[in-house]
Amino acid sequence: MLRRSIQAARMAAVLAAVLLSGAAHALTSAEATAMATGDTDDRVAAINQAVLSADAKTMAFFQALAGDTVKTTASHVYLMKDDKGYDPVTGAELKVPADAEDVVNNNLLRSTLDTAMAALQLASPDDKVRADAVQVLLNEPDESRLPLVEKALAAEQVPAIKARLERVRAASMLDSADRAHRLEAAATLADSSSPEVKLLLNERLAKEEDAGVKAALLAAVHSIDGRLVWGDRINAIFSGISLGSVLLLAALGLAITYGLMGVINMAHGELMMIGAYATYVVQGLFQRYLPEAWFGGYLVAAIPVAFLASALVGAVIERGVIRFLYGRPLETLLATWGISLMLQQLVRTVFGAQNVGVENPSWMSGGFTMLGNVALPWNRICIIIFAALVLAAMAWLIGRTRLGLFVRGVTQNRPIASCMGVNTARVDTYAFALGSGIAGLAGCALSQIGNVGPDLGQGYIVDSFMVVVLGGVGQLAGTVYAAMGLGILNKFLEGWTGAVLAKIAVLVFIIVFIQKRPQGIFAVKGRSAEA
Amino acid sequence: MQRRFTLKALTAAVALASLSAAPAFAADDTIKVGILHSLSGTMAISETALKDMALMTIEEINAQGGVLGKKLEPVIVDPASNWPLFAEKTKQLLGQDKVAVIFGCWTSVSRKSVLPVVEEMNGLLFYPVQYEGEELSKNVFYTGAAPNQQAIPAVEYLMSKAGGGAKRFVLLGTDYVYPRTTNKILRAFLKSKGVKDADIDEKYTPFGHSDYQTIVADIKKFSQGGKTAVISTINGDSNVPFYKELGNAGLKAKDVPVVAFSVGEEELRGVDTKPLVGHLAAWNYFMSIKNPTNAAFIKQWSEYAKAKKLPGQMDKPLTNDPMEATYIGMHMWKQAVEKAKSTDTDKVIAAMAGQTFKAPDGFTIEMDPKNHHLHKPVFIGEIKADGQFGVVWKTPAPIKAQPWSPYIEGNDKKPDYPAGKSSS
Repeated sequence: MLRRSIQAARMAAVLAAVLLSGAAHALTSAEATAMATGDTDDRVAAINQAVLSADAKTMAFFQALAGDTVKTTASHVYLMKDDKGYDPVTGAELKVPADAEDVVNNNLLRSTLDTAMAALQLASPDDKVRADAVQVLLNEPDESRLPLVEKALAAEQVPAIKARLERVRAASMLDSADRAHRLEAAATLADSSSPEVKLLLNERLAKEEDAGVKAALLAAVHSIDGRLVWGDRINAIFSGISLGSVLLLAALGLAITYGLMGVINMAHGELMMIGAYATYVVQGLFQRYLPEAWFGGYLVAAIPVAFLASALVGAVIERGVIRFLYGRPLETLLATWGISLMLQQLVRTVFGAQNVGVENPSWMSGGFTMLGNVALPWNRICIIIFAALVLAAMAWLIGRTRLGLFVRGVTQNRPIASCMGVNTARVDTYAFALGSGIAGLAGCALSQIGNVGPDLGQGYIVDSFMVVVLGGVGQLAGTVYAAMGLGILNKFLEGWTGAVLAKIAVLVFIIVFIQKRPQGIFAVKGRSAEA
Repeated sequence: MQRRFTLKALTAAVALASLSAAPAFAADDTIKVGILHSLSGTMAISETALKDMALMTIEEINAQGGVLGKKLEPVIVDPASNWPLFAEKTKQLLGQDKVAVIFGCWTSVSRKSVLPVVEEMNGLLFYPVQYEGEELSKNVFYTGAAPNQQAIPAVEYLMSKAGGGAKRFVLLGTDYVYPRTTNKILRAFLKSKGVKDADIDEKYTPFGHSDYQTIVADIKKFSQGGKTAVISTINGDSNVPFYKELGNAGLKAKDVPVVAFSVGEEELRGVDTKPLVGHLAAWNYFMSIKNPTNAAFIKQWSEYAKAKKLPGQMDKPLTNDPMEATYIGMHMWKQAVEKAKSTDTDKVIAAMAGQTFKAPDGFTIEMDPKNHHLHKPVFIGEIKADGQFGVVWKTPAPIKAQPWSPYIEGNDKKPDYPAGKSSS
């Protein structure tokens, strides 16, 4: 406790010392007014001016401006806190007139405020805060802040931050009138591998007139490009794997119901939709009945619920309809198509025709920055892992358990399995319910990246069949290869031809492939299934 | 025997039919109003609220005594985001239900599908959404914005210093007539401002596209070449995955602002807007605009949504630009019918010219005497953390629509009034 307060005191002292040493005067109300009212240009100029002579009150005022908690009238500026107004300079409470207007910031002002605050945070004793501040400053360098940066550079002890501060200093000199400064800046920045720096160099390049500096800038851009190209490749491969994992999840359930059991299940997409709606319902329950802090856990709770909901519906469909149609593929196709329409309409009646909102839990929002230009979104990473887990669980279930053995036995030779004492009717139900449940899991995952609406399934049914048929009916491994292959192919084509043509090209590819090789990538060998 | 039975049955059927037709004559004290909005499919996210807004306005007009002493009777059909079905349903509304006027459509492709039917059967369509222009039908009143009332001012703002001074542009849209035409106009406009072809990247996705990874990565890459802005004409529920991907990929508005022409308060309902703060939209109305007319409008809508228990709207009522345009359109139609003292299409069209209405956007809006478009103010708003828009730029007064954009070649010769059939 004592230690913490000493630390806090030290922090405050350092902050005060640094601020005071540079501060000619504190925040005045004229400054506050200039920063809060008037033209964007004037406000930006006022903020950049205020940074150079900032104190703790200026910082508080910046924070309030950035947090949209400042109001103004013709004569006064008010800092708002809990519906009460305070004077930004004296801190005294003021009565806010009813006609006071909110200060509206546009993007330019917001980024000016961010850099202004970052410039002040350069004096923070916390390494992390300083590192973040340096990052912000690198995006928006400005020659006017050079003295602040140089002072920070002199005081900086951590080598990593120091190196980046050097870059900020160089970036701030890019627009310098002195040719030597610009050359030096280009040389320093060539070591960077961040896309932001490349943008700065390109922007300067567009304005630069001196041939020597131009060459230096170009060289710097090329050297950054060389480092960025790997990031681009990783991005393309990652998005391909991500799309592949979505396709895999969508197709895995179908690999059982269609691949193993031979039921052309047109309602597969709707079983996914039910999984997605189950997720939505669980989310609603968490929002209503559980404390806010637990909300992030709703998705974990939704996984079994989605599985069970879809599995149950699947079992009912099997017992009620499909059971009577084994061996009659055309009738199955029509009947399941009818069921799909009924399920859609049911959901429309219960939840409404409009999409429902399923939020990403906070741990799945945002991304993970691997390289300067590679940011992998958490929700996609989670779905890739989830798909791998579901695949592993299914492979284990089909390959290693007694139920799996029965399923394989019944699908390969029903009469013999029956002779051995297997209750084939029950195995059918279990297998169909399992396939449906996995569709439900897919729906749960899809709710995190796409829209949840009554026709969610329609968008995936064609893709699912494509994957299963391409992989080879009855082959789990084939499904995996087909899903990943289609995902990556689609993403590479998309980068090259655009989304619309890529979709068409993939369809054409599949048609040609199935013409040449109707059994899919992996054919079932021997005398088994179709005998 | 068989034949006699058939005959009998036929007579009975005819008798029954004429019986049931009788009340239809008796119900002549109402005026039928067709409502043609997708209540399912990819466009339901946007269009459902327009249907409810139309119903609210009808209720309001009926409560004030109706039109010409008759109550309005809504006839609602669901074309299900299926473009050919729009034409079929229009035929049904005009031919079978004999509606006096239709309020409907969102996407331009649905309007193009309806257009020949409305012109053929001399119906009347009020179209409430911003669109690409290049059309001027005698039978349609366009209460949304033309490109010069939305797209062009938005791009001008992005190029200005306050808007970030963008030098490169990504034109991203859904693949159909509205984005393609708007982007054609914008490309010509950007060229006239000295932007080179290499600095414009045009991209399209299919309707209902949900995987925006590649596109967002491409935007990131493109933005390294100079200050970039994205102009999005993505329509329908694809916007949700697009904005989710933007947020997750860490593409911030202050680095690469995205301005959208089809995203309003309603489309952002299902989206976590915190990562999207600062991205822009250009419209002729925002819910956040402060004036007494808008306050009353929002209050009326909130109460209606609660009373009718509209899903979503009753917990969090939202108004947006096309809803306002529907509201204005219906009131102007009412005024025109009263001026013409008839619901006859041609008389109403003549009476529409120069109608004015005090709109929730804070201005008294006027229907152009000739070109069937409203004079509208333009607002540019930035997304705020609560899903509303903060206005950062606006025109001082309503501006006149130019349905034939001067940035498309040959348009300078086209007349600024409906001439002949436009669906050619």
